[in-house]
Amino acid sequence: MESLYLLIPLSVVLVFLIGVAFWWSVKSGQFDDMEGPAYRILMDDDRPRKEGAASQQDTPSGREGND
Amino acid sequence: MLETQSNYNYKVVRQFAVMAVIWGIVGMAMGVFIAAQLVWPDLTYGIEFLSYGRLRPLHTNAVIFAFGGCALFATSYWCVQRTCHARLFCGPLAAFTFWGWQVVILAAAITLPLGMTSGKEYAELEWPIDLLITAVWVSYAVVFFGTIAKRTVSHIYVANWFFGGFILAVALLHVVNSCEIPVTLFKSYSCYAGAQDAMVQWWYGHNAVGFFLTAGFLGMMYYFVPKQAGRPVYSYRLSVVHFWALIFTYMWAGPHHLHYTALPDWTQSVGMLFSLILLAPSWGGMINGIMTLQGAWHKLRDDPILKFLITSLSFYGMSTFEGPMMAIKTVNALSHYTDWTVGHVHSGALGWVAMVSIGSIYYLLPRLFGKPEMHSVKLITVHFWVATIGVVLYISSMWIAGVMQGLMWRAVNPDGTLTYSFVEAVKGSYPFWTIRFVGGLLFLSGMVIMAYNMFKTMAGGNTADAPVLAPAGYHA
Repeated sequence: MESLYLLIPLSVVLVFLIGVAFWWSVKSGQFDDMEGPAYRILMDDDRPRKEGAASQQDTPSGREGND
Repeated sequence: MLETQSNYNYKVVRQFAVMAVIWGIVGMAMGVFIAAQLVWPDLTYGIEFLSYGRLRPLHTNAVIFAFGGCALFATSYWCVQRTCHARLFCGPLAAFTFWGWQVVILAAAITLPLGMTSGKEYAELEWPIDLLITAVWVSYAVVFFGTIAKRTVSHIYVANWFFGGFILAVALLHVVNSCEIPVTLFKSYSCYAGAQDAMVQWWYGHNAVGFFLTAGFLGMMYYFVPKQAGRPVYSYRLSVVHFWALIFTYMWAGPHHLHYTALPDWTQSVGMLFSLILLAPSWGGMINGIMTLQGAWHKLRDDPILKFLITSLSFYGMSTFEGPMMAIKTVNALSHYTDWTVGHVHSGALGWVAMVSIGSIYYLLPRLFGKPEMHSVKLITVHFWVATIGVVLYISSMWIAGVMQGLMWRAVNPDGTLTYSFVEAVKGSYPFWTIRFVGGLLFLSGMVIMAYNMFKTMAGGNTADAPVLAPAGYHA
């Protein structure tokens, strides 16, 4: 099974590279805050703006109460 | 249109989102057509260009790479811009990914019915098209990672990790598997031969499922489920664990496609083992996505987009349980080569991949065309039910047909002869193939409803790009 001589070393190299990426991301503080990022995407208001109308005020915090 | 650094690049997202719907219709129509050929074998009077063998790869390429691919491009370009608070890197290159990808799809639609194929599943396209795919994919990686590099927030949102992993893995898979020696402009031979080729092919084939059809769409899930629900993901920590666990363990599931073949036994067992391991990260992610609705379950009642997204996760859970089970050698002895496999693939492809894409595109369309919501929310609900009934009909008929075929093929008389001839199993499958055809037709009609809704939403829409917003503060 010669093709395994290609595929297995490839996976080993790959796992090593993924390990490096993981190590970098931990070291650089990517995972220091495990709560905030989940909320931060919700604060990004992406609804289209109506010209001259300031009608959109509520943030998508899921607390509208009645819908 | 104004193209400044202070605007998000919506144009390319818009192009990909619209084309995803259109290619969805084309690809699924192709599927319904070949499903009809199984019910009525004489449907096309033996015209070679319309034969099952040529149209089936066109169907798979159209739904995976045209529909799924366009949906992935659209959502990843949207997500990376919005979460990095930066305009897409290198606009012209992003435009090239759109036009290049459309040329790839058109080339597939021409060459496959003409019988030009390299014969490798999900990688049938001949070498000149493979080269173009490589160029588009490298550009995609440059645009995506370029945008991450110029982000104005330090944290890279988890969805971008999934999208990034998907882009890099698919590049590697494509290059290794499509290694081929051209003979003429339209014919090439694989660098590998025999069982070697099969091994490389299914290393590619299953990882294409893992990275193209799973990791990419999980990126979609981790962005659009929280956004549509208006709630943070259930556990951000679990989503990060999900990502690393998935990419560390995925690569070796491929051999389960080659159980009981010329592949060495130990390789088959390794494939089975890794497939079973995959159940853990998959279900972690599925639970994480569904539990995002915790405390807001009522939203499922009247938000059809959320219905699509959450149902897609249920199908993801189902098919990632079914997959490892089918990878067990003894189960595989029954299921292999039967319609059960076809049912399993479509449980993932229609239930998970298509539904999460449809939900995400419904989220995107009004925002891309400056509308408060889709033209008709009611039609989204109709689409949801039509699609769900379609998937259920499809997969349940395939389960029954598959198990029936498996049992009939293996049945032996006391004297050791086969109980059934092959054609008896074919005959027994007809009713189920008819139900499958109906299920597929329903799913396709859902896409047509979506296209109508989309064009109505686009009409008179405002296609201005939205300004890049400053990242929200860290105080909340």
